[in-house]
Amino acid sequence: MMMSKNDTFLSVRDLVVEYTAEGQVIHAVNGVSFDLERGKTFGLVGETGAGKTSTARAILRILPDPPAKIRGGEIILDGEDLLKISEKEMRKIRGRKVSMIFQDPMTALNPIMKVGEQISEVIKMHNDIPWREANERAVKMLERVGIPGDRSEEYPHQFSGGMKQRVVIAMALACSPELLLADEPTTALDVTIQAQVLEMINKLKKDFNTSMIMISHNLGVVAEVCDDLAVIYAGEIVELGSKEAVFDHPAHPYTLGLFGAVPSLAEEKDRLNPISGLPPDPSHLPEGCHFNPRCPYAQEQCLKEKIPLREIGPGHFCRCIRVTEKEGKYVILG
Amino acid sequence: MLKVATVEGKTPKIKRKSEFIVVARRLSKNSSAVIGFVVAALLVFMAIFAPLVAPYPSAKQDLAHTRQAPSAQHIMGTDELGRDIFSRIVWGSRYSLSIGFLAVLIGTAIGMLFGASAGYFGGVVDDIIMRLMDVLQSIPGILLVITISVVLGPGFFNTLLALSIGGIPMGCRLTRAAVLGVRHQEYLEAATSINASTPRIILRHVLPNSFAPVLVSSTMSIGNIIMMAAMLSFIGLGVQPPTPEWGSMISGGRTLIRTCPWMVTFPGIFIMFTVLALNLFGDGLRDALDPKLKK
Repeated sequence: MMMSKNDTFLSVRDLVVEYTAEGQVIHAVNGVSFDLERGKTFGLVGETGAGKTSTARAILRILPDPPAKIRGGEIILDGEDLLKISEKEMRKIRGRKVSMIFQDPMTALNPIMKVGEQISEVIKMHNDIPWREANERAVKMLERVGIPGDRSEEYPHQFSGGMKQRVVIAMALACSPELLLADEPTTALDVTIQAQVLEMINKLKKDFNTSMIMISHNLGVVAEVCDDLAVIYAGEIVELGSKEAVFDHPAHPYTLGLFGAVPSLAEEKDRLNPISGLPPDPSHLPEGCHFNPRCPYAQEQCLKEKIPLREIGPGHFCRCIRVTEKEGKYVILG
Repeated sequence: MLKVATVEGKTPKIKRKSEFIVVARRLSKNSSAVIGFVVAALLVFMAIFAPLVAPYPSAKQDLAHTRQAPSAQHIMGTDELGRDIFSRIVWGSRYSLSIGFLAVLIGTAIGMLFGASAGYFGGVVDDIIMRLMDVLQSIPGILLVITISVVLGPGFFNTLLALSIGGIPMGCRLTRAAVLGVRHQEYLEAATSINASTPRIILRHVLPNSFAPVLVSSTMSIGNIIMMAAMLSFIGLGVQPPTPEWGSMISGGRTLIRTCPWMVTFPGIFIMFTVLALNLFGDGLRDALDPKLKK
């Protein structure tokens, strides 16, 4: 469908995830497709509830079932469809080939286990080595993320938020995974610590040659670490392309709205321009283009027909019929 | 940037205190808990070293000195067969205490297993387990234990079994509630994502995090179980004479309560102090383990 190259490491095709709650079906992810090359970082940007986390959890197959169900699609990692293999085979992949950094470092660590023990647990799970050696490797891993090794005997409550996130990152990287899913790794941290953590993730990613999927609602974070990115709205990719393409030439009205809502230091501005309205109720998605109730350019066709993702520039895709190119810029016919 | 971070980490070494020491220290400030602990510990020592503590063998009859009031020779008097009551109490503590501890241990362990499964898996598993517990709980506790004892017949092990079964629903409910509290914590998801198996997640991550309420309530219920055991013996269903169980001693002495009150009074006092001590200790333990009450 798009960007199909030979060095594609992860390829997600038409992924559909639904939740069932009180008889209602919640359409969390509706046909998301993207590719990720080895060593590259892919960003998933979107509002709360857009389906970013569900996509990542589907890749690791740790969606809570029930209520969540993967209804369709393929997740091809290194030529293997993760949705088709058995749970036993999947367990070999979890933590070793693919691992995840969780959003909230305050709750992602077991409060009654020493941090060193939690890291060595991963190592022990995947390597047939004695506990002592696993512990030694855990201490080394802690040192790599900038925590003195002698603190491995301490409990999570003895660490600050930023350091806990480092521990979580150490856990995720302990077995040198080939794919790292970072689910808003900096959201729970304050801005200075955010910068440190991002820098560290970037460095470790380079050292280990890890591919990464970075989930964020923060455009600044995505700009800092990603090569390519997709903007997700109501479980669909509305815009996809390289970081340069999307940041320099945003095309979709929703993407434009996101950028319009970012405060800028360079411009004099009294008010930000928020996107009016709220994200749609995922159990009753609007017909046609899911963005139509909030789109200032919506037309009759947008209310009725499903809008396909189409290529508007090389490797730059957009789910909007109104976008055309004019003198090197994208214009929305209004 | 990384340098800054390392410096942050090199704060002077914090004094490490294990959770056990922290709790023990907090317990030691609570004088009633200390008293409870000391009394309970003395009782346990008494049971362990019964042969050294008791002045006479428990079954030694002295028909020349029956129904003697407390004296220097028999500090708590003798019963209708001339057996030394203090010695019988000392020996009997072995039965009473071990029934109390073991029944709570077995009942709580089984209950925790069920409760953790119910809370962790939810859905149908939860429904089945909890409805079973409802059935067990819908029968009044004493009646349930009496029924089981009647069916199984009297004796030490059957009493133990009956009391253990009676304790299952409490352990189960408490564990389930605590597990529901940690069920959706991210660290469980993190454990799944690093490939921990379900039994490992339940045993290593879920149960240790939901253990505190169960620990407290089981400490307190040891006292109740000892009373229940005494009650069963009293009505003739528990441990049988001549085993010197406290309940059966009271039962044996009750017809002579007017003429020889010491035969029922002293075992009764021991039951009372045991239960009181364990409850005081349990109360203190709850306060010490509750982070909200930390000063």
